[in-house]
Amino acid sequence: MNDPRANLELEPARGGVGAPVRHESAHLHVRGAAPFTDDIPELQGTLHAALVLSSQAHARIRGVDLASVRAAPGVVAVLGAADVPGENNFGPILRDDPILANEVVQYAGQPMFLVVAETAGAARRAARLAAVDYQALPAILNIDEALRQESFVVPSVTLERGDCAAALAAAPRRLSGSIRLGGQEHLSLEGHIAYALPREDGGMLVYSSTQHPGQVQLAVARALGVAAHRVTVECRRLGGGFGGKETQPAQFACAAAIAARALDRAVKLRLDRDDDFMITGKRHDFRVDYEVGFDGGGRILGLELMLASRCGHSADLSALVNDRAMAHADNWYYLENVRIVSHRCRTHTQSNTAFRGFGVLQALTAMEAVIEDIAQDLRVDAAAVRRSNFYVPGVRDTAPHGMKIEDFIGRELFDDLEASAAYAARRAALRAWNAANPVIKRGIAMTPAKLGISFSTAFLNQASAQVHIYTDGSVLLNHGGVEMGQGLFTKVAQVVAEELGIDIDRLRALPSDTSRVPNASATAASTGSDLNGKAAQAAARKLKARLAAFAAARFQVPPEAVRFQSNQVHAGATVLGFAELAQMAYQSRVQLMATGFYRTPKLDYDPRTRSGRRYLYFAYGAAVSEVAIDTLTGETRLLRVDILHDAGKSLNPAIDRGQVEGGFVQGMGWVTSEELVWDGAGRLRTHGPATYKIPVAGDIPPEFNVRLYERGENVEDSIFRSKGVGEPPLMLALSVFFAIRDAVSSVADYTLAPRLNVPATPEQILRSVEELRERSGRCRGDAVDPSRRG
Amino acid sequence: MSGESSIRFLLDGEERTLACLAPTRTVLQVLREDLGRTGCKEGCAEGDCGACSVVLADRHDDGLRFRAVNACIQFAPTLDGKALITVESLAGPHGTLHPVQQALADGHASQCGFCTPGFVMSLFALYKTRPEPTRDEVVAALAGNLCRCTGYRPILDAAQAMYEIGRAIPEADRDWMSAPAGSNSAAARRSEAEFADRLDRLKRTGDLVLIHESGSFHAPRTLASLAALRERMPSARILAGGSDLGLWVTKQQGELGDLLYVGEIAELKQAALGATHLEIGAAVTLADAQTLLAPQYPELAALLQRFASPPVRNVATLGGNIVNASAVGDTMPALIALGATLVLHQGARTREVPLQSFYAGYRKTVLEAGEFVSRIRIPRPEEGSVFRAWKISKRLDQDIATVCGAFLLRLRDGRVEAARVAFGGLAATPARATACETVLAGREWSEKTRDEAAAALARDYRPIDDLRGSARYRMSVAQNLLRRLWLETGAHRRVLTRLHDLREFA
Repeated sequence: MNDPRANLELEPARGGVGAPVRHESAHLHVRGAAPFTDDIPELQGTLHAALVLSSQAHARIRGVDLASVRAAPGVVAVLGAADVPGENNFGPILRDDPILANEVVQYAGQPMFLVVAETAGAARRAARLAAVDYQALPAILNIDEALRQESFVVPSVTLERGDCAAALAAAPRRLSGSIRLGGQEHLSLEGHIAYALPREDGGMLVYSSTQHPGQVQLAVARALGVAAHRVTVECRRLGGGFGGKETQPAQFACAAAIAARALDRAVKLRLDRDDDFMITGKRHDFRVDYEVGFDGGGRILGLELMLASRCGHSADLSALVNDRAMAHADNWYYLENVRIVSHRCRTHTQSNTAFRGFGVLQALTAMEAVIEDIAQDLRVDAAAVRRSNFYVPGVRDTAPHGMKIEDFIGRELFDDLEASAAYAARRAALRAWNAANPVIKRGIAMTPAKLGISFSTAFLNQASAQVHIYTDGSVLLNHGGVEMGQGLFTKVAQVVAEELGIDIDRLRALPSDTSRVPNASATAASTGSDLNGKAAQAAARKLKARLAAFAAARFQVPPEAVRFQSNQVHAGATVLGFAELAQMAYQSRVQLMATGFYRTPKLDYDPRTRSGRRYLYFAYGAAVSEVAIDTLTGETRLLRVDILHDAGKSLNPAIDRGQVEGGFVQGMGWVTSEELVWDGAGRLRTHGPATYKIPVAGDIPPEFNVRLYERGENVEDSIFRSKGVGEPPLMLALSVFFAIRDAVSSVADYTLAPRLNVPATPEQILRSVEELRERSGRCRGDAVDPSRRG
Repeated sequence: MSGESSIRFLLDGEERTLACLAPTRTVLQVLREDLGRTGCKEGCAEGDCGACSVVLADRHDDGLRFRAVNACIQFAPTLDGKALITVESLAGPHGTLHPVQQALADGHASQCGFCTPGFVMSLFALYKTRPEPTRDEVVAALAGNLCRCTGYRPILDAAQAMYEIGRAIPEADRDWMSAPAGSNSAAARRSEAEFADRLDRLKRTGDLVLIHESGSFHAPRTLASLAALRERMPSARILAGGSDLGLWVTKQQGELGDLLYVGEIAELKQAALGATHLEIGAAVTLADAQTLLAPQYPELAALLQRFASPPVRNVATLGGNIVNASAVGDTMPALIALGATLVLHQGARTREVPLQSFYAGYRKTVLEAGEFVSRIRIPRPEEGSVFRAWKISKRLDQDIATVCGAFLLRLRDGRVEAARVAFGGLAATPARATACETVLAGREWSEKTRDEAAAALARDYRPIDDLRGSARYRMSVAQNLLRRLWLETGAHRRVLTRLHDLREFA
C-alpha cells in the first residue's frame, strides 16, 4: 500500500529547489516579448515629459524665461517646484531631495522644470530653450575640498575597538598609505522611466522602473498630497537595477505623476541616456588613508583607517552605504585594535546612491590594499599575509562591529581555490617570465571577499507573499520583490514548486504591485531570495497544511501521511493529481489562497550603540586573476580568472553562476575601464556609453573558471540553506586590480609598493609604472637590450 | 522633380510602404512608435549599446548580405529597397524559437533581458554570415552590444551552441532564416531564392526623392546625379552611414535640413587596385574597407577591426570618417602616414588633395561649396617599407582613441631612408609629426634616433586634457609608440610588444 519503492518510479516534479532551470522570462527575452515599462502600450492621449537641468553646480536661480519653451511646437505645459501639489521632495530618509529644484540648484544636472509635450522629441527640444539666469555660489566638488571645509551630509562616525594608538606605537613595523577609488555609473541598459496614469477619485497608477515600488508609492502620494492607498505602483521587470533604481526612481515617478495630475492625462517620463547620467547618483567615490602596524609575520596589530566618501548634494542612502563600508573593512581578517573614521562628504554633485556592493566594495579594496602593502614591505606573497590574519572561529572571531563571525569558511575555500587555480606555481612562473620580458608584464593576485547578508536597518528585513491555487491546479504567486534580471522570480517559484511538489511551469508570478503586497522592502542588499523566498514558502506551507488536512480527513489518513510530490498528492494508498485535489478542496470550501510573512531572525543590531547582530550570515568567495600590462601604453588584458564562490546550497546553480560571472565583470569594469570625469565646473563629462566604458565581450578573460563551493551550506536557517548571491561576487574583481598592481610592481623588481588608484585605466597604469620606475631609480625595461639576456 | 514620395522595404518578408516620412525619422522610432514593435530597445540613442540592433538584408553580388545595424541612428529612408529583420521576425511558424534564440534561452544568456533582442540580432547576422566562427570572431561580432548583467560568458557560449541547434533542424522544417551560413539545405536555398526575388522586386531605377516639411531626402543612383544635386543644393548635407549625423538628431535634437544620401551610388562603393594605388570609393563601408585593405595593409585592417563596432562599421564609410574631420578619427593618421590623397568632385570638375592638407582646423576641411569626396587613393606599399598603426583607448573594443599613431618607415641597412609619422588625438586635427620625421629621415635606426625622435614629438604637438586622457599621458604614449616601433623594427632581437600576441608567446 505505502510501498516506498513506488516513489522511485515517479518522475520528480521539474524545477524544484536546486534545479538549474532557466530564467522565467528567458523565452520572452529572446523574442523581444518581455515588456519593459517603455513597451507598455500607451493610453490614448499620453503626453511625454523632459526635464530642464541645471548647468551650474551651485547657484541661486535669479530669473527664468520659459516663454520660448512654452511656445515651442507640441508643448502642453511647463511645470516647476510651485506646481507640486504636495511635498516637493522624494528623499528616502532625510527629506533633502527636491523633485524640482527651487531657488537654489545644488549640482550641475539637477532637474528644475518639467516640460510636457505631445511627443518625447518635442519635450526634449523645448527643454533646451529654457533661459535661466544663475547667480553662481561657491561649489564644493570633491572629497578633499569637502574634508577641508568639513562639509558633510550626515555627521562623521568612528568605529573603534581595542587601543589602536598603543598597538600602532608598539608594532615592530608600520606603514601608511592612501588610495583613491572612483565612482561607478550603474548604466542599466534600461534607463530611468516612469509612466503615470490618472485613476478615478484622485487615484494614480504609476508604472515605474524601480527596485522599491513601496518607496515610489509613498513619495508619489506625498508629492500629490494624497493618501498612499490612492497610489498604485507596478513593476513587472527592470532592465537592470544594480542599486541605481533603489531610491532615485521616485524623482521621475513623482515628476510624471505631478504632470499627470495637473493635466489629467497620462504622462510618460523616459530619461534620455545623457540626462540619466547627469541627474542620477552613482557609486560613491572614496579617499582612503591608513596606517597599519604589523609583525614580521604580517599579522596586523593595529589599523587606523580613514574612509571619506563623496555623497553628493543630499544624504540619500549615504549614511547606510558608509556604515556598511565600516562594518566590512575587516573582510576575512581579525582586527584586534582598529579605529575606522568615516566621513560622508557633501559636494555639489549628483547624490550618490546604492550600487551593488554598497560601500563593501570600497572597504574591501581599502583593506586589501593594506594587505598588499604589508606583503610588499615584507617581500612575501600577499596570500601568506592574508592567511595569517584570517578569522579563527572560537579564537579570533569577533568583528570590529561586535558580531561573532560564526560561519567562517574562508580558510577551506582559500585552500581549495589556491590548489585548483595553481596559484603558487603560476605566481612563480610569472615572475620568471617577467624577468625575460621587458615590455609586457604579467601579474597575478588571489583575493577574498565576504559580505554580510541582511539589511542593517533591522526592520527592513521582512517580506510578504501571496499564493493562489486555482481549481485546475495552476498556481499564481505574488510577492514584494522586484525582478531585475537576477532571477528572483525564478527562485521564488522554485521554492513554491518544491513545497507543493509540482512542476515549476504550473506557477506564474505577478508583477510587483503595491496594491497586492503593501510595504515591501526594496529588492536590495542581496536579500531578495531570502526574504521573498521565505515569505512565499510560508504561504505555500499554509496551503499545503490546509490541503493536507483536507486530504487526511477525506481519505482518512493522518495528515502527516499526506505527501505532495511529482505533481501528485499521496494520501496513504490514495494517489491523486494536484489539480484534482485543488478541485475537491474548492468544492469542499477550503480556501485556496494564503499569505505568508517572514522576518529575519536573530537580528538585534542597535544603530545608536553600533552593537549587536547586523547580519544573519555571511557569504564568502575568492578569486585568482592573471593579467598582462603593456608598460609602454598602460593597456591591460585579463588572461585568466578562477573563482570559487559560496552560494550556500544553491537554489539554482545556473542563475547563481550568472550572478557570479555578471557581478565579477561589473566589478572588473569598476577597477579597469569605468571612469567618471567631471570638469572643473562640476559638470560630468562622461555621460553616455560613448564616453563611459563598461566591459564588452572582448574584455572577459579567455579562461574563466567559475565554481560554486560544493560544500557550501548556510549554517543559518535561510531559504533551503542557500545564500544571497547578488552582490558578493562583485568584490571578487578586486583580484583583477591587485593582479594589475602585481604586474606594475614587477618594473621595480617587486621591491616597492606601486601607487595605483581605482580605476586602473591605461593612463593610471602608465603613470604608476613611470612613478615606480622613478622611485626605484630603475631605467625603462626596454632600454636594456634584450638580446643580452640570451 | 521626379521621384516617389514613399519608401518600400520588406519586413517579416512582406512589402511595406512608408509615406510622409521625415528624412531623419529613425528606424527605431518607426518600429517602436509607428509599428508598435517594441522588441527593439533604446538604450543610448547613440549607437553605442546595441540594444536596438536590427539586421538589414540586401542583394550583394549574387546572393544576400546580412548586416547588423543600430536602429537608433539609422534613418528610415535608407531602408528603401532592403529587408528589415527584427527580433520579432525570427520566431518560427508555430512560435518556435530561432536557433539563435533557443541557444540564448537555454544557455542562461539573458538576465534582465533588455539587451537580449540586440544580442539576438547581432548573433543572427553572424549566423547568416559565418559558418563556424571562432570565439575571437564571435567576440568581434558582439563588440557593439553591451550587457550589464551576464558578464558575456553565456552569450559567447550560446554563439557556438546556436549552430548545433540550427544543424539539428529537420530538412522539412528548414527555411533560409533558420539555416546557418554555408548550409546546403535545398529547402533553405529555395526559400532564400524566393526572398531574394522579393527584394529584387523592390529595386528602383530612378532616384528616390522624399519631400517633407523638415527637409528633403535624395538618394541619387549615379555619381553624375549626385554631382548635379550637390551643385544645386550646396547647403544640403551628405548622408552616408549616418553613424555620426544620426547623433545630431538624437542627441543634439538638431535638424539636418536636406539630405543627399550616397549609399545607392555604385560608383562610390567600388574599389580598384591599380599599379601604384588602391582606390576606394568614398561610400565604401568600413567593414568592406577592412577586407580591401587587409592584403595590402594588414596593420590598417587590424586597426579597423577596433573602429567602433560591427553595426557602425557596417554602415559608416571611409569617406564619412575622413570628411567628418574629428580630431581622433581612427583612419586618418594611418592614411596620412601612408600618403593617401582624396579625389574631390564639384560638378564635372575634379581635383586631388593630399589628406594631410585636407583639414583646415577642428572639424573644418578645405571642401568648397558644392564639392564632395568621391575616392580615397592609397599608395601601395613599397619594398622595404614598414608600416605600423596603433590605437590606444580606455577600452580595447568600441572606444574612441585617446591617441592614434601611424608610422611609415623605409628602412635600408639599418637606416631610416624616409619616414612619415602622423597622430590623432594630439591636436585639433589629425596631423603629421614633421619635427619627428625630420629627426628620423636619413638616420641610423638606433636607440639614440628613437629617443630624439620621441623628444621631437613634443615640438610637433601640444595635446590637451580631456575626458579620454591628460595631455601628459597623450604625449607619453605617443613617445612610447615610437619605442614600440623601434622594438618591432630595429636591429635587435624581437621582444613581445603587444598584449594581443601574448597567447603565442606565453
